[in-house]
Amino acid sequence: MSGTVIPIAVDSEAPGLVSLYVSEAKIQPRAVTGWFATWRWLLVWSTQLLFYGLPWLSWNGRQAVLLDLAARRFYIFGMVLHPQDVIYLAGLLILAAYSLFLFTAVAGRLWCGYACPQTVYTEIFLWIEHRFEGDRQARIKLDAAPWSLAKVLRRGGKQVVWLAIGLWTGFTFVAYFTPAHTLAAEAAAFALGPWETFWVLFYGLATYGNAGYMREQVCKYMCPYARFQSAMFDRDTLVISYDAARGEPRGSRRRGVDAASIGKGDCIDCTLCVQVCPTGIDIRKGLQYECIGCAACIDVCDGVMDKMQSPRGLIRYSTQNAIANHWSRGEMWRRVARPRVLVYSLVLVAIASAFVASLALRAPFKADVVRDRGALARLVDGGAVENVYRVQLMNATERAQRFHIDVEGLEGAHLSSWSDVVLGPTEARWVPLAVQLPPQSARTLGSGAHAIRFHIASSADVVPGVGEDSRAQAERREKSTFVVPR
Amino acid sequence: MSDFFSSGWSIFIAVATIAGLVACLVLLVFASRRQPMAGDNSTGHVFDGDLVEMNNPLPLWWIVLFVLTVVFAFVYVYAFPGLGASPGALGWTSRGELDADQARASQAMAKVYSAYAQQPAEALSRDPAAMAIGQRLFINNCATCHGSDARGSKGFPNLTDSDWLHGGTPEKIEETITLGRTGVMPPMAAAIGGTRDVHDVANYVLSLSGDPHNAISAAAGKKKFVVCAACHGADGKGNQAIGAPNLADRIWLHGWGEDAIVDIVEHGKTSVMPAQGGRLTPAQIHLLASYVWSLSQVRQTASR
Repeated sequence: MSGTVIPIAVDSEAPGLVSLYVSEAKIQPRAVTGWFATWRWLLVWSTQLLFYGLPWLSWNGRQAVLLDLAARRFYIFGMVLHPQDVIYLAGLLILAAYSLFLFTAVAGRLWCGYACPQTVYTEIFLWIEHRFEGDRQARIKLDAAPWSLAKVLRRGGKQVVWLAIGLWTGFTFVAYFTPAHTLAAEAAAFALGPWETFWVLFYGLATYGNAGYMREQVCKYMCPYARFQSAMFDRDTLVISYDAARGEPRGSRRRGVDAASIGKGDCIDCTLCVQVCPTGIDIRKGLQYECIGCAACIDVCDGVMDKMQSPRGLIRYSTQNAIANHWSRGEMWRRVARPRVLVYSLVLVAIASAFVASLALRAPFKADVVRDRGALARLVDGGAVENVYRVQLMNATERAQRFHIDVEGLEGAHLSSWSDVVLGPTEARWVPLAVQLPPQSARTLGSGAHAIRFHIASSADVVPGVGEDSRAQAERREKSTFVVPR
Repeated sequence: MSDFFSSGWSIFIAVATIAGLVACLVLLVFASRRQPMAGDNSTGHVFDGDLVEMNNPLPLWWIVLFVLTVVFAFVYVYAFPGLGASPGALGWTSRGELDADQARASQAMAKVYSAYAQQPAEALSRDPAAMAIGQRLFINNCATCHGSDARGSKGFPNLTDSDWLHGGTPEKIEETITLGRTGVMPPMAAAIGGTRDVHDVANYVLSLSGDPHNAISAAAGKKKFVVCAACHGADGKGNQAIGAPNLADRIWLHGWGEDAIVDIVEHGKTSVMPAQGGRLTPAQIHLLASYVWSLSQVRQTASR
């Protein structure tokens, strides 16, 4: 990556002395339309419809996606997850990480440019700013203008809408943890709990601050991805590139004049690519760490090239190798499918398949057998040996289940106290049980710890008038040990 | 401040904390001084021949955040116990926070328990929600000795049978949990007689339960049992008023067989059920006693 040279205003009183800290210049990006901008808006709409809409979706009489922290149950459509299922969260994060590796190796900061919440909310907030204060030039003028009624109204209107969107975002975030309808009723009655209030305000104001004010500085100074992405780039990664060989020497010309005939490159130095850039860089200086890959410069430059009747693509998605070696698109794309990308893809497909298969084959209950803490073994009537266990049963469905437990693997062993247990929807319970071994079997086995298995079978608890659900029938075996004392 | 043997340590920590914070401020002032830069916006430092250190200034809000954290630290050590032994202006302690948390929790629990406090054990034993709470109380407080299934083990009574040392009514169970019990069996060998006599008594005790025994020896032991009858009763059926076990019900708390009985008679035994009155609230004990009582009721119904 080429080092960017940021001009520093030299202090006139002490020449040569500069501050190591500067106030960031406010960037007022110009609005842009085009192929990539349309893609970004599509992603803004789809991600935000998903985010704002999901809490209002119902499923089997409850909220479709609800993370109930107080009860430690996590409902995702037809699934109920217990805290013991945190492995799926790990799987999801691994999938996200590998997707990031793959996308970055193929085409750089696709995530940053199109789908990252920072980009998406900045896009929304910019759109609102545009409605109230106009495009780049109007906003720069308004910034410089003295305070007037018109300025107050424009600024005030923008602030009100920004805050409303921020708070609605905070509300939506909390609605994933407190059912949306409950939360709405609480909010309407000004009766939100202290933590709900905190998170609505915190998440809402963070959205407002990040999308309204921090914007590109989050990407430049706070986001770690900007810093470690260079490890995932190589010279065959598609990045937004300015074709210097075609563009230079830059300079203005009349429409329709062939640039080469007057000894110039295709770039007319209109600086629109700089004006639309949300991070305020000049893409013509080459690949820079600040570039978030939003392709706004491509869209705007293509428009200019159309007007100048020159071919599009002076700024385009290309690779460093393709630009340097003047490769055709075909040559460039062949290099995109390189071993690194293929390996990432294979690993991603493997993990995704394992993840989906594991979710699909998920058992309708969990069971855990733990030997009782107090005594190893006890002698009961007539010298029989008894061991006590506790079984934790967790119903992973939203239907009641009946559990039957047998013991196997030890001749003569049987449960001395057991009656079938019914667990309500999503319930978890510890159930004590005792296994008895007749004196004769105990003598044959001899003292020591012996392997034993618990066979746990579940069936739908049949409620009168409701048909039996075959999906709730499952079984599993849990290993433990049986101790015969000396 | 029991961890420190001298108040000098407290002063040392306070001074070190203040000095650290002041050092942060000094560093910030030092680092934000204007630096000379070369004309190409580099610091003039060149490493390895071509590695030039450029000036990429941080945004101003970054250092403002840093200053704010130092200001926050001063406020924090003033308000909270941060300077050695100083308790802080707010008087916060971790013990106080725990007390407040526990008070809040017991207030929340009191609501749950108050519904059960007025109900008799018979009604509670039919209420699955009450019994689920009772079981959790049992597993957390009683299972260590009596086992998760409440059936005890050697030396720890089985609570699911009909044999009660001190009485099995809900009220008696509540009393046992609240106040605890101490069961004392004194060494009785000297009062009974010689070793032969003790073995005879042991055989007689076995015969009371109908367990395998030596009939001649047992007949001899019957006369000597008079000594035991003071507590265990003439028929050996015990006395719940003084916690003397029933010896005729085939339940052997301290081990089965002649040797085990001889051992107890010769050496005696003191068993303690610790009082739970200080650990659990009366409402919790009421619910727990109802749960324990229900265990033997279920068993009796099932065996009938």
